[in-house]
Amino acid sequence: MAQRVEQEPNARAAVPIPTPILARREGDTVTTPVEKAWGKTVLSMTNVNVFYGSFQAVADVSFDVPQNQITALIGPSGCGKSTVLRCINRMNDLIQSARVEGKILYHGQDICSPEIDPVEVRRRVGMVFQKPNPFPKSIFDNVAWGAKINGFRGNMNEHVERCLRQAALWDEVKDKLKESGLALSGGQQQRLCIARALAINPDLILMDEPASALDPISTLKIEDLMRELERDYTIIIVTHNMQQAARVSDLTVFFSLNEQRQGVLVEAAPTQQIFTNPQDSRTEAYVTGRFG
Amino acid sequence: MSARNNIPVADMVEGMGVAQLAPGTDTFRGQLVWRHRKGGIFAVLGLLSLAIALAMLAVLVIDILIRGVPWLNWGFLTSFDSRFAEQAGMKAGIYGSLWLIGLTILFSLPLGVMGAIYLEEYAIQNRLNAFIRINITNLAGIPSVIYGLLGLQVFVRWMQLDRSVLAGALTMSLLVLPIIIVASQEAIRAVPPSLRQASLALGATKWQTVWHHVLPVAFPGILTGNILAASRAIGETAPLITIGALTYLRYTPTGPLDFFTVMPIQIFNWTSRAQEEFHDLAAAGIIILLVVLLGMNAVAIYLRQRFRRKVRW
Repeated sequence: MAQRVEQEPNARAAVPIPTPILARREGDTVTTPVEKAWGKTVLSMTNVNVFYGSFQAVADVSFDVPQNQITALIGPSGCGKSTVLRCINRMNDLIQSARVEGKILYHGQDICSPEIDPVEVRRRVGMVFQKPNPFPKSIFDNVAWGAKINGFRGNMNEHVERCLRQAALWDEVKDKLKESGLALSGGQQQRLCIARALAINPDLILMDEPASALDPISTLKIEDLMRELERDYTIIIVTHNMQQAARVSDLTVFFSLNEQRQGVLVEAAPTQQIFTNPQDSRTEAYVTGRFG
Repeated sequence: MSARNNIPVADMVEGMGVAQLAPGTDTFRGQLVWRHRKGGIFAVLGLLSLAIALAMLAVLVIDILIRGVPWLNWGFLTSFDSRFAEQAGMKAGIYGSLWLIGLTILFSLPLGVMGAIYLEEYAIQNRLNAFIRINITNLAGIPSVIYGLLGLQVFVRWMQLDRSVLAGALTMSLLVLPIIIVASQEAIRAVPPSLRQASLALGATKWQTVWHHVLPVAFPGILTGNILAASRAIGETAPLITIGALTYLRYTPTGPLDFFTVMPIQIFNWTSRAQEEFHDLAAAGIIILLVVLLGMNAVAIYLRQRFRRKVRW
């Protein structure tokens, strides 16, 4: 992904945006150097700034997320990783004082644009939260609900089974689908939340420190699962755990704080490069554990 | 405290056993004995307060039972008021109260809950909304007779509903709305934000989130608020007297525009009579009022438990 190399911005702007419906369309691909190396770009951020009231939390962040890869966002606490993640599915809209500037292109469409309905964005961009937060409903309903409200027409039983299998949870819960999702263990709950996110057929999945509240065994299960999901989905994960980023991700974006305590992007590169041959001294200090 | 390990009780109270574990220093003075004793004092004070409150209530209830029970019979429930204590009954009051409470809940529950949903889920944070929030709480503290005056002017005179049960219910709705709104707000606020985020992140609209996730979880709390509101409404007399509800009535309302009386008004009326029998009759009326009140609460608690089971925590 290398930090945004020159990209013809006009080439994308020229693509007409007929309706604010976010669907993958043929013919709107623009090959950038990043895409040559990593395949199609799903998400592309350009000069993104996030403000909470008058405080600027994130300054001038630009990076690309290639398809069917896992991109890890790492950095010290408070450097805006989660804030950046929440821009991608417009969850920052829920915070009254939050304001997002810049361009976030999702398959070539700017999802920050006011014409885009955030509900439509969230329908395409799934999210898994830090703390497992299943609905206080049955396991079946936890998975089925998202599909139902989004107008899923099909065999719901099969759909739920498929999602639970994809989330590597089916064998553990197939006999107790009617029990509460909250009766499961923490690790199982988090996989249920992943199954729930898969049930709306997203193509990009955001994970906000999905394993930080879990024990090491459950963490490994989640990481294995992410590797599985990578084949069908694009994943962006925020993590505090550098080993996790090194183990699981293909690309790593390192954030840090500047003098004004704003989150800035320091380096974005293939994970191996970040951890073995970082180009920036701040990255090196962080990944070797001397800072943060 | 027992004399364990042959240490005399007196010594242990002095804190010897503890002092060995964490002896006091210049910077830390444990004073554990005193801290424990302080806890003990407050436990006793709490128990005492509870005992006083319960004893007063018990005396009141027992007094009423002694005076009222002899008057309780089927006739008391099924006959209308009378000049003769032996023939007087509560039929008009019971019917009137049920009409009043039914209509009041019908008006105030949907309005109150929807208002609370708006304030908690939709209203943006600005000064106007903060002002509205504070003043709803203030409204809950306004004396009920003021609501009676308001109802008299607005419902009885301007809307020309006369002294009907509808006018009474509308007045009562105004009275209990703040209670319902505040309680519903509390219940909605107690729903964890992570639940809303989970729902919204799945591409649910705000209304879908509220309807499918927030309300089911908040519903038991909302019902509790409603129990409080209904209990308040069924015992209120002043605003109804202000709007001109009748004290002596020999028929029951057949529609919302009929005249009415309620149990507390009948009771109030009987206590103001000179004859001693009517005072005992009032005690019997209070028993009926209590039974109706407890019955309503029981239904609400039953509903609350049912809805609580529906949400699978």
